[in-house]
Amino acid sequence: MSAVVKLHDIHKSFGSVEVLKGVSFEIEKGEVVAIIGRSGSGKSTALRCINRLETIQSGTLEVCGHRVDDQSLDLRALRQDVGMVFQSYNLFPHLTVEQNITLAPRRVKGVPNREARALALESLQRVGLAEKIDAYPEQLSGGQQQRVAIARSLAMQPKVMLFDEVTSALDPQLTGEVLRVMETLARGGMTMAVVTHEMAFARRVANRVIFMHQGKVWETGPGDMLADPKTAELRDFISNGL
Amino acid sequence: MMGGAFTFNHFVYLLQGMMWTVVLSALAFVLGGVAGFGVMLMRTARTRLLRQISFVFVQLVQGTPLLILLFVVYFGLGVVGIELPPLLAAGVSLMVYSSAFLGEIWRGCVESVPRTQWEASECLALTRWQTLVDVILPQAARIATPPTVGFLVQVMKSTSLASVVGFVELTRAAQVVNNSLFTPFLVFGIAGVLYFALCYPLSRWSRSLERKLNVGRRQAA
Repeated sequence: MSAVVKLHDIHKSFGSVEVLKGVSFEIEKGEVVAIIGRSGSGKSTALRCINRLETIQSGTLEVCGHRVDDQSLDLRALRQDVGMVFQSYNLFPHLTVEQNITLAPRRVKGVPNREARALALESLQRVGLAEKIDAYPEQLSGGQQQRVAIARSLAMQPKVMLFDEVTSALDPQLTGEVLRVMETLARGGMTMAVVTHEMAFARRVANRVIFMHQGKVWETGPGDMLADPKTAELRDFISNGL
Repeated sequence: MMGGAFTFNHFVYLLQGMMWTVVLSALAFVLGGVAGFGVMLMRTARTRLLRQISFVFVQLVQGTPLLILLFVVYFGLGVVGIELPPLLAAGVSLMVYSSAFLGEIWRGCVESVPRTQWEASECLALTRWQTLVDVILPQAARIATPPTVGFLVQVMKSTSLASVVGFVELTRAAQVVNNSLFTPFLVFGIAGVLYFALCYPLSRWSRSLERKLNVGRRQAA
């Protein structure tokens, strides 16, 4: 098993504020890593660095063989290997579910129009929403929109999926339906990095949990570590979170 | 002919002027729209120099009366040996004028589409141009339609300035008729009604588009 995502001593500042102070971790192929921590701990920033939505100041960062810290990086090649799902879904409101899903495959990978619908259907089946193929995003619930966003990302057949607090905008019931889809993905062998506040999900589904605090990886271990935190900060975080 | 009565022939003459007003407006709008699209692209470009150049252009044009622009193009170019026919001079002036305003209107519309739409597209490996064409512009166009039509009304009225370089559009036609009849209230009154007949439907259209847009906004939120 080799690591598909490797962060080594990553430093990142916004202006004079250093948000990442030497972050290092790796994600193996097929592994599900949950990244937890307080708001402002740098967990979302770390995730966004992985597909170069943010550029890092120093350190080395390699994702699926792409040197992300290299200026000459082929951005579009990286983005084809790394899918991303956001807190705010970010579906394209003027396009149907089918068009949302097939836009990038058609434009980027040259999937012919007649095969596009089958591709959309296949992706939608993986998130259990095949019947919504012709709907517009505004006709769907938040949970459904987020599942379509996952399907849209899946249609590009990424090797790694990044989830940035994807359930934070949803009520508990809708959160459940999105988490179930993610769990199915995880069981199917997808490599995933999940920034989340869902401790139960982190504990049950993640192979490994990374607790970030003040721009650093503070504590890391299997899901069970949440039941038995080593550091005071993690203990504090967990007890406040419940 | 001095002091004669307003006849049907005079009215036809005014209608011909009105036709030239429409032609000039269309010219200004089509050319200005194409150039304005370019201005919008430059104003939202990633290259700072392009943004700066287009910013200066927009500020210059917006801070100058259209009449001065018209004088520069018609008389100014004439002095250096470039003689433009009045229609072309007026068309070019209005194009420059419209491009600055439309470019700025459209820049605002493009920038009002949430940044996250760019980000989501970027993450799907779409190029900047693909994102603009397939994701951003369709959303921006809905927002842009009412102010764009509203600006068309302004351009149409501004074409009256072309009368000063001797282009016989509606205003100039009315002056010509009035010079022979000297019934300014009647002649310019009719010209005003004709302008109104052109602009009012557009204003109404713009307002109905705005209403439709508000409905869309509520759903999109």
